[in-house]
Amino acid sequence: MGVVLTDPFGWIGQTLLELLTRLGLQVGAANLVINLLGAVVLGTICMTLGALITWVERKVVARFQDRLGPNRVGPFGLLQPIADGIKLLTKETVTPTGADTIVYNIAPVVMVMSVIGLWAVIPLAPRLIGSDINVGVLYIVSVGGIGTLSIMMAGWASNNKYALLGAFRTVAQLVSYEVPMVLALLIPTLLAGSMGMATIVEQQANVPYIVLAPIAALIFFISSMAEAGKAPFDLLEAESEIVAGYNIEYGGLKFGMFYVGEFLHGFTIAALTAVLFLGGWQGPLAESYPLLGLIYFLAKTSVVYFGVMWVRFSFPRLRIDQLNTFNWKFLTPLSLAVIVVTAVADKWAVQAGLSRVGVLLGANALLVLAIVWLIGAYARSARRRLERTGDKQAAGAHA
Amino acid sequence: MLDQWIFAAFLLPVGLLIPAVPIVLAALVSPHKPNSIKQSTYECGVETVGETWVQFKVQYYIFALVFVVFDVEAVFLFPWAAAYNLMPFYMVLEGVLFILILAAGLLYAWRKGALEWV
Repeated sequence: MGVVLTDPFGWIGQTLLELLTRLGLQVGAANLVINLLGAVVLGTICMTLGALITWVERKVVARFQDRLGPNRVGPFGLLQPIADGIKLLTKETVTPTGADTIVYNIAPVVMVMSVIGLWAVIPLAPRLIGSDINVGVLYIVSVGGIGTLSIMMAGWASNNKYALLGAFRTVAQLVSYEVPMVLALLIPTLLAGSMGMATIVEQQANVPYIVLAPIAALIFFISSMAEAGKAPFDLLEAESEIVAGYNIEYGGLKFGMFYVGEFLHGFTIAALTAVLFLGGWQGPLAESYPLLGLIYFLAKTSVVYFGVMWVRFSFPRLRIDQLNTFNWKFLTPLSLAVIVVTAVADKWAVQAGLSRVGVLLGANALLVLAIVWLIGAYARSARRRLERTGDKQAAGAHA
Repeated sequence: MLDQWIFAAFLLPVGLLIPAVPIVLAALVSPHKPNSIKQSTYECGVETVGETWVQFKVQYYIFALVFVVFDVEAVFLFPWAAAYNLMPFYMVLEGVLFILILAAGLLYAWRKGALEWV
């Protein structure tokens, strides 16, 4: 009984391994089977979670907007995702004329795959991680990039002008926001001295990285929200401008897969933020009771996910020029500055024998002051230009 | 280390299968009565005019180009960051120099107006 509490996942693995070897499998083959089983279980959990999240998000947005939300099917409307799933299953599948059929059909599948694939490197609890690879951070960037590709595939293959506009905007937005996201990912790598996700979490035993690098955490949060296409960054499917963007020609379960994939992506970026900056499963007693670690991880993820929803339901959509200005003229230079400041300050703190937390917090605070001053100076000069020329049009464009 | 990849290698095909199975199932159980009106491309109720795959704005291309520059740079920065704890101070400064050169590149694109949305 004791081993179940102290090392439940190792115990499950051992029991399975013994069972399979007794059935006459080689140890290597048994390991393959266990990995396959684990992958199927994790994938199924992700998909179920995605369906559940659609319910959570609808319930929360209803509360934000002073409504009740789904409350007819089952207790608290909990069975709503299942009802929706059955409805979508029985819908006729319509392929628009002139669509590139193969790409059109593959796109939603690829979308879901890119999101589920991310969970392979997320440490869920102590010693519970799918693939503890030494390039975990790069894996996130590359597999996450496949999601961008799937949106482009959907937009391009639909033979619809709105969908194509959505695909164009994908290039402008998702591809642009990948730059600050990748640069912000450098900070945990740099502080932990490793690209492995499990190592990054283990290194946060004493201090989570949000304390050491608050600005980087915020940059990662914002840019990965843009990566997930969540409002206020939902230009690629702006309902009031390009109807539904890339998924306009999709119906039935193909649309359902985009829907679930998108919601699950929102939850996944919350999980990534929790792992990279909030210490993942770290917490009191987590090391000796891994199940407690899993609970900590889920709790942190839920808190961040509530933040994602809060931002999503509170802000209006950005204009495309504002979106690109914010990324290229604010987030990208800022993330470059954060890397320089963190790298130099951390090394200096170690060499001078100063407290790492104090020096890095101070450096981040100085950076914030510098940013506020720079933005203030820019706004003042813009206002002066406006007063001089009286040209409201030009001032509006540069504000 | 290499055997750690097995799980990811399984999860990606599984991730393909999990959404593909319901879609195939839906294609089997759902009604199938196509007609040309139903399958016509949606465009706010009017018939579409001309080719869909139009020429795109050059702005998108420029952003994609700037992105490629920065993404390639990030590939070079990751090994530097991973080896950070082993480095003496001047090696960190070399990395900083590399970032500053890239920042100069961003500044150049900025001054050239490549980052303006027109």
